[in-house]
Amino acid sequence: MIINVLLVLMALAVIAIDRARNLFAVIVLSGSYSFLMATVLVALDAVDVGMTEAAVGAGVSTVLLLAALHLCRSEEAKPAHQPWLPLAVAAACGAVLVYGTFGLPAFSDPQAPIHTHVVPRYLGEAVRETGVPNVVTAVLASYRGYDTLGETTVVFTAGAGVIALLRRRKKRKDASR
Amino acid sequence: MRRQLVLRVVAKLLIPYIVLFALYVQFHGDFGPGGGFQAGVIAAAGVIFYGLIYGLADARKVVPDWVVEAMLGTGLLVYLGVGVLGLLLGGNYLDYFVLARDPVEGQHRGIFWVEAGVGITVAGVMLKIFYMFGARGTADE
Amino acid sequence: MNFAGHFSYWATIFLMIAGLFIVIARGNLIKKLVGLSIFQTSVYLLYVAPGKLIGGTAPIIADGFTVYSNPLPHVLILTAIVVGVATLALGLALVVRIREAYGSIEEDVILAGEEVQEQTGGQEA
Repeated sequence: MIINVLLVLMALAVIAIDRARNLFAVIVLSGSYSFLMATVLVALDAVDVGMTEAAVGAGVSTVLLLAALHLCRSEEAKPAHQPWLPLAVAAACGAVLVYGTFGLPAFSDPQAPIHTHVVPRYLGEAVRETGVPNVVTAVLASYRGYDTLGETTVVFTAGAGVIALLRRRKKRKDASR
Repeated sequence: MRRQLVLRVVAKLLIPYIVLFALYVQFHGDFGPGGGFQAGVIAAAGVIFYGLIYGLADARKVVPDWVVEAMLGTGLLVYLGVGVLGLLLGGNYLDYFVLARDPVEGQHRGIFWVEAGVGITVAGVMLKIFYMFGARGTADE
Repeated sequence: MNFAGHFSYWATIFLMIAGLFIVIARGNLIKKLVGLSIFQTSVYLLYVAPGKLIGGTAPIIADGFTVYSNPLPHVLILTAIVVGVATLALGLALVVRIREAYGSIEEDVILAGEEVQEQTGGQEA
């Protein structure tokens, strides 16, 4: 399937990000990785999520990384020693996770537990109760409105945090601290 | 200079459509893919595009600092205000059924204003972060 | 062991541990943040993939379609994406401040600078 091909391409992009030492190349590769992720999400019928990932991951995220790179102006140094211990730790985590996936339902199984409980009600009643055909918007704004309120607060707090960190004070003549 | 000319002309052609698409995604999010987050990010991306091509000073003239900071707070206040309005009209907090005579119409209205609040806040935050990173660089050296 | 059924999960886990490896093995702060964002996006895939139904369509109710993919993971992941970019912006702001304070964004150089500061601070006091 096209999804498997795209997943293999994403794996290749991540390996390239790990090996590259020029940070500009790393950022461009991460932008292309986000674009591939958005394509996979659309192929998985998640059109809202794909649009958001394309705009946020491949757009704003890349711009912010490039702005930070321009301010920091460096390239990654040569690693001092071979990273065998992190590789072993990551491989061990991966092995445990793969062992965990044996208990998961197969891909696109209609009897999977995720399709029971609340979702048939959302899909069946959303148009009748809210008048909005896009079920994702109905769930986001109406059925789970509190979560969206919390998330808007998180976004606002992130903006306030960046203002607090990067605000320019008036420069003083004497040495600070 | 020739390359800069191409960038400037293409930017002038594209940016109105980017802003129009952001408005479309915001208000048509009920019937197709879209909603507040996507619209906010696309609108911010249009202004960031303008700032990248024409310079941060020009972008600051088009969307001044006080407008962006006002957007940050206004969106969240709109969201909270819809909740309080539900309280004042007799229902629970963030209850959409009481916002209009017909409950389904009330849901529609509540979803509209809530998504508008989210879109304003997200656009303001993305733009403010871009302005902050840009301003940090010009004051050095 | 259903290989075709589980390939998407294993690809997701590979992306996850690759992101984790970049975070713990590389010393450059910007590269660590890129690895963290790779880790986050692989988690999005882990959530959205089980909701897909082959033969279904996007969860927008329209005439002529009866099978829809599951909308609940989409809602959770929409929130997660925006929160992810918010944390990335805060992390990058911290990296910029670290660069201004220590002159480098390599972890070894920063830690060496911290040790020197501790030693000179201890000797002065």
